[in-house]
Amino acid sequence: MTVTPQIEVDPMLMHPYVVREVAKETPDTFTLTIEPGNGEGSSSFVPGQFSMLWVFGVGELPISISGDPAKHNRLVYTVRSVGQATHALVSQPVGNSVGVRGPLGTGWPAKAARGKDVIIVAGGIGLAPLRPLVYHVLANRKEYGRLVILYGARSPRELLYRKELASWARNRETQLLVTVDYGGLAWRGHVGVVTTLFKYARLQPAHSVAMVCGPEIMMRFVTRELEMHGLRRDDIYLSMERNMKCAVGVCGHCQYGPYFICKDGPVFRYEQIRPLLEKYEL
Amino acid sequence: MENLERIIAEHPFFEGLDSEFTKLMVSCASNVRFKAGTYILKEGDPANTFYLIREGKVAVEVFAPQRQPIIVATLSVGELLGWSWLLPPFQWRFHARAIDSVRAIALDGKCLRTKCEENHDLGYAVLKRFAQIMEHRLEATRLQLLDVYSVSR
Repeated sequence: MTVTPQIEVDPMLMHPYVVREVAKETPDTFTLTIEPGNGEGSSSFVPGQFSMLWVFGVGELPISISGDPAKHNRLVYTVRSVGQATHALVSQPVGNSVGVRGPLGTGWPAKAARGKDVIIVAGGIGLAPLRPLVYHVLANRKEYGRLVILYGARSPRELLYRKELASWARNRETQLLVTVDYGGLAWRGHVGVVTTLFKYARLQPAHSVAMVCGPEIMMRFVTRELEMHGLRRDDIYLSMERNMKCAVGVCGHCQYGPYFICKDGPVFRYEQIRPLLEKYEL
Repeated sequence: MENLERIIAEHPFFEGLDSEFTKLMVSCASNVRFKAGTYILKEGDPANTFYLIREGKVAVEVFAPQRQPIIVATLSVGELLGWSWLLPPFQWRFHARAIDSVRAIALDGKCLRTKCEENHDLGYAVLKRFAQIMEHRLEATRLQLLDVYSVSR
């Protein structure tokens, strides 16, 4: 099955939104909640999609949607402040306006995963585009099998959504495993890279769909681990990231072999892009 | 002993091991418990034992002067702790601390070393299993060293 683009809105049309909240998640990562400036509902989105966020006077940024797809009155984004534009975005005071294009791109195959176990593997801020999928599965619990979430971060203080992680772990038929690369003495959880969690995961590979997001090198190791555990390549999906500009597959900034990440992705079936993952400097 | 034999025989580490070898292992094994916070092994001490963790979590720590110990890995149920008993100079290279109450099977490495020297088939079977664990942990350490989540990546 190929992941199909979900674009329903005019991708070139920018809509004004108002900043309602900027919440600090980690020392450099913030979650931004915005609402439509015209008081109407926001565009619906599929988990895994992204928007182009325009900070007036600074520039436009592609940011994955990290909020609940069932809440139509707002859009939520989790942003790591690492440059001028992202810093400007997370520094927006409540009440300020930002421009939004989208939602754009392909989403996670939530429909195709119905009736199966859902395995989510996230690294660092890679949990952000997967969070809408977790919300979706938890809100439609009977439609899915077990939910297994494997999440790795650099250190305990860099874990996203800590309160939510605790509540997800309490859900029926959900296994949440969290690890950090470097743990202090106060940390009582796992220490080690995310791939070391697989030995504790209760997987049913033949009845599972895996969705992975994180640094590309992490995803390479994770896909290998998933395959070793018996998952078929067709049942593994990855979210890719490249520098996006136009977001409609015209400018070529996000070209990835024969694909444009903005238009053909960001979510791809593993089998579709596997040869590209093994190429240097692509 | 019968119970220990069953536990050892069913442990993934010993999967496929000749039953005669399993019996030899059992003769070197005992049940142990560690309270949360206690050190199971300490860097520099003689390494004469290894552990199959049955319950709880263990932190593998590196001592760093003028700072708190650094946890480099955690090991949990089903995993194996300690391989310094296998190779000279038979000294622990890390600290290992019980994060919570730990139940394990301790295997006498000194006893097993002797048996491996006497029976090279057993020695090869044991070494092959340890080499696989070492390979997995080396790969995980390499990935950890890459610091994939850092901004400057």
